[in-house]
Parts: sequence; C-alpha cells; structure tokens
Amino acid sequence: MASDRVLRARPAEGPFALTLIESNANRLYCLNQAAEDQGLNRGMSYSDARAFAPSLISQPAHPQADERFLVTLRRWATRYCPWVGLEGRDGLVLDVTGATHLLGGEAALIKDIHQRFARAGITVRVGMGDTRGAAWALARHGGGVAAPGQMLEAIGNLPVAALRIEDATSLALQRLGLRTISDLSRAPRASLARRFGASLMLRLDQALGTQPEELSPLAEPPHYGTRMTLPEPIGLTSDVMAGTSRLLDQLCAKLKAQETGARVLTLTLRRVDQDSQQVELRLARPLRDPHRILPLFQRGVDAVDAGFGIDQLRLEATQVEPLPVQQLSHVATGRQDKLDDLITRIGTRIGLENVQRFLPADSHIPERSFLIAPAAHSRPEPGWGTPRPRPLILFAPEPIAGTGAQPPRQFRWRRMSLTTGRATGPERIAPEWWLSDENWRSGLRDYWHVETRQGRRLWLFHTPQSPGWFVQGEFA
Amino acid sequence: MTDTPIPYYPPKKHRTHEVCGAGAVFFALVLAARLDGPVIWVREAWQGTQLTPSGFHPILDPAHLLIASAKDQTDALAVTEEALRAGAVSLVVTELSKPLDLTAGRRLQLAARDGKATALALIPEGMGSNAVETRWSCAPVFDPQDSTHQRWELIKNKSGTLGVWDVRWDHSARRIAVVPPVGQRPGSTGAPG
Repeated sequence: MASDRVLRARPAEGPFALTLIESNANRLYCLNQAAEDQGLNRGMSYSDARAFAPSLISQPAHPQADERFLVTLRRWATRYCPWVGLEGRDGLVLDVTGATHLLGGEAALIKDIHQRFARAGITVRVGMGDTRGAAWALARHGGGVAAPGQMLEAIGNLPVAALRIEDATSLALQRLGLRTISDLSRAPRASLARRFGASLMLRLDQALGTQPEELSPLAEPPHYGTRMTLPEPIGLTSDVMAGTSRLLDQLCAKLKAQETGARVLTLTLRRVDQDSQQVELRLARPLRDPHRILPLFQRGVDAVDAGFGIDQLRLEATQVEPLPVQQLSHVATGRQDKLDDLITRIGTRIGLENVQRFLPADSHIPERSFLIAPAAHSRPEPGWGTPRPRPLILFAPEPIAGTGAQPPRQFRWRRMSLTTGRATGPERIAPEWWLSDENWRSGLRDYWHVETRQGRRLWLFHTPQSPGWFVQGEFA
Repeated sequence: MTDTPIPYYPPKKHRTHEVCGAGAVFFALVLAARLDGPVIWVREAWQGTQLTPSGFHPILDPAHLLIASAKDQTDALAVTEEALRAGAVSLVVTELSKPLDLTAGRRLQLAARDGKATALALIPEGMGSNAVETRWSCAPVFDPQDSTHQRWELIKNKSGTLGVWDVRWDHSARRIAVVPPVGQRPGSTGAPG
C-alpha cells in the first residue's frame, strides 16, 4: 500500500521499493508487483535487493504519511458500510453484515472494491467470510468469499500462517507436519495448546467462528463545519450576517457537545459566478458563544465583494481548542471577556500577533530583560523587579563624543547641547557570551545614569574595551 | 482622592487629551496607573524606541498594559477608535507622528464618550489637534536633590484655566506629589525639543 501511495504521486516503471532504516539496517519496507516478480521480498536488505534487481528504483519510506493515507482510505471505505476499522499497518476491516444487498450482493461488492481501487492505482486483496479470522486468511492468502457457515471448507487449504499467528509458531507447526488449517483443526487440541499456548487455539476458533471476535470501528473525528445553500442569491451585509448567525448557532452547538471552542473560524461565501470569498476570524481565545462571535465577523463580512450575489455560506472552525464547561461564578468576568473580544477585533485589522504584552525574562541585558509575546497566546505573569532603576524607554545606542571612563561634562545628543549635572554609576554589564549578539560585540558596558542640567535624564554607557560613549535610553 | 492639588488632573475621564514634550511617556504611564485598569498603548511598528517594562514597572504594572503595533497612523487611529469604543479599557494611549485633522480628532472624542474610556495622544511638539479637551506639555527638570522632578504645563484647556506645576514621583506612595518650583537655574528654562 505504501509503495502504491508513493507511485500515485510520482509514477515509475519497473521494480520499485520503499526502504526504511530499522535497527541500523536499510531494509525494503514495501515493494510493488514488478519488484516481487524479480524475487525481492519485504524485509530484505536494500543492498541485497540492488544486487538482485539492479534496475530497482527506491525511495525512503514515510510510515506516518502511510498511516494518514490509511485513515483517509478508512473514511472512504465507509461508503460500503458504517463499521470500518484499521487492520494492521496496511489493512482495513469492514463489517458488511446487512450492507451487501445495497450493492447487489457479496460478489458485486468485492468487484466494486476491486474496480475502484484499481482505478485509484492501489493493489488490493479482498477476502470475505463469516468471521474476521476467515476474512483475514482469505484476504492475505488467496482471496474470495467463504460461503456462510462453511469456514473450514473455505480456508482449510490455506497455510497455517493465515491464522494471524507468529512466524515462529507457524514455522514450528510446519515442522510438525501441520501445514494447512484443516491439518491443524484435526490435530488433538490439548497437546497443541500445551505445546504452543492458548493463543493458537484461540486464533483457530476465531477463524472458524466458535469463538467470538469483536470489530472495533474507528471513531469518526468530529467535523466542525456547517453550510447553507440558498435558493436565491443574497447581497446585503445584513442578510449575510443573518445567515452566518444561523450557521454559527449550529456550529456552536457542535462545539459545545465536544467541549471545545473555536480559535480560528473560516466563513466561505460562494458567489453565483462560482467564485468564493473567505473571511477568516482569529479569536484571541477559544470561544463557542454565538452572541460573542457574530459581531466579530462584521468587519470581515463588510469587506466582501458580493458580486452578483452569494448563494452558499459555509462556516468552518479550522482550529479548535478544548474549552471545558466551567462553573459560573459570582465574580464578574465581563471586563476580561470584553478585553478578549477587543483583542480579536484589533487583531482582524492589524494581525493578532501585533497585539502584544510584556512578559518578564531572566536576563541582565537591558534589552533582553523582557519578552514581547502575542497577547492572545499568553497570560500576564508577575515577577518584575530589577535591582537598579532602568530607563522608561530604550533605543538603539546613539554615539556621542566623549573620552575617558567618566561621563563627559558636556556633550551633544540629537542636536542638543547638554551639560552633565549629576552622574550615577557605573553599573557594569557584561555581554552574555553564550549568545552571539551583534550589538554587544564591543564588549563590557559601564552604564551611567546622567541627569543633565537641561532636564533630560539619559542612560549613557561607556565601552572600555573599545572606547566610546553611547546614549541608549531615557529615564522619567 | 486629594493627593494632588493640581486642578484638571487627572484629566477629565471619557475625553481625549494630548501630551507632548520629553516627559510625555512618563505622564502617560502615571495617568495609566492612576486610572487603574487595562491600558492599550497603540504605536506605529516602525518606531525605534522601545517602552521598557523593567523600567516602568514601579509606576505601572506591566500586566495591565497591551501593546498594539500598527503599520501606519491610519491603522493606529482605527485601533484607537476600536479600543475606545469597546469599553474594555480605561485608557488608550496613542503615539502619533503626524497632526490629526478635525474629523479624526472628533471621531476619537465621540468614541471615548461612547466607550467611557479616556484617550491620550502622545504628539510631537506643536502638532496639537483642536478637538482635544486638554493638552499638556511635560519635561523633566534638573534638581540636585531629586531625580524624578518634572514640570507639567497645561497649555490648552477647553473648560478652565492653564497652569504650570512642578511634580515629583513618590516611590513609596506610587503617586505624583506637587513640589515647589525650583529656582531659575542655568539651562533649566523650558524643555529642550
């Protein structure tokens, strides 16, 4: 299946294999029919395979992508029956009980599966039986449909490996001369159970239907999307908002059932001319309250060009976060809610990441003593405190004329002639050697709090290692 | 509170005000602390100066402050209006680089009234708008004994008289205290630009 997935994206002629590095050896992970015909098999080392088939084309395998692909196939397979589960790393198991007549019988169903997979370029082997074990055996070894109630006849001739048992067990059984399932079923059970454990007998009974086996279908992931198709196109903002309001009610009910809140919402408006426009709303915190979300859409909807009219609205929560139900409290939270809504509204104009807050950081470098974080993704933190006063504003260091370790008596800064009235310092700050910062290449800095007779209170520093004076900040 | 005998301070709530001069940031921070509530500080992203929380935390708790960096003055004004109208914050501080026209000034005034929030614009010297309630000019003053001395000058007032006050920041009480003006010293005439 994995090689089919890759070949679908980029077809290649001839033998093809995916390789995966397992326990320090590069081994074949999945290969196509042409490669199997040349005598290669799964688990073979890649260099051996190259020796057998010099024309082998290979690619590294990507098991996570295969897994996602299998889940996609599983979702697709719900077209045959509602109960579909995953079987191993490349199989699906369908409980088609009571669903076959919809496609005209079991044979027609299997034919349909074969046709559709062939069209998609995926090799498939199908087996069907009364029990999951029998279906597995047929799918992996031969294929076909087992007649109802005749499992032993259908799978009796298959090798014992078809029973979903370990390789070592099946090898040992073959050495004992029990090659097929019918051999095994005729052998005395007690001694087999003593020799191989109860699991072998369990697998046999499950395949033959004397022991039940459950099938666990994968749960459908919740889908947070709603849509509305209109008989007549609409164009007024108020109409679109009314439609959005209806969709939002449905969506929020879904969100509430799952105890989640939407973080990003996308409203897609399809116009009569098949063009579609999207309104994206990023919320400052997860929400599922339609009355609060609806007004936030106003600005985006206003900007939409309705053209000849809109005939379909689709609302989807593209990013959701858990939002557990909370106990109502007597402490008013209205103001915080309003503030979050305000952050959202401002965020729709200037971008949510441009609404920021300060967080304390652990550094003695003045410009790194705080962090600027997006307000929507952070909470205020306490912990402000500096041993020495710091300026109210900082800017990039501006050089001034000055020599020596003491602050200059007189200097010019920003075209102002300033006289030092009082200087407090120095406070020596060393660069953080573990970070390479261009601005701190000049080495140590001796900071001075200089109060000028003209009034301005500046933060000057002197760099003794490459002499120079700079202004970097201003106090109150 | 009667901590400050400055008339017209704190400036009228739910109105727009302006402040200019070298002490404008200090004025804005002190006012934000006084009004006690969330504050949004709107600035244009290109500006090179950086407000330093490690410096202003004795005046205003940085947790109360949100920064909105807008790409130009149009966006900054839109954000200011939005924030004023929302009624979620007590003060919106906007750093302006160009003078406001009457329409923009009036819009901010109406938004402040509707949202019950105060607006304060930090303006360059001499670029005031006619729509504001008061305009202050603030500058630090050299004082050999005290390094928080400021001179606040009320240079426009729609509903009262003008005046000049010398103030200092009282660290222990976390508020402004009025001090007698320092004598004429060499170089202390007026704030340098």
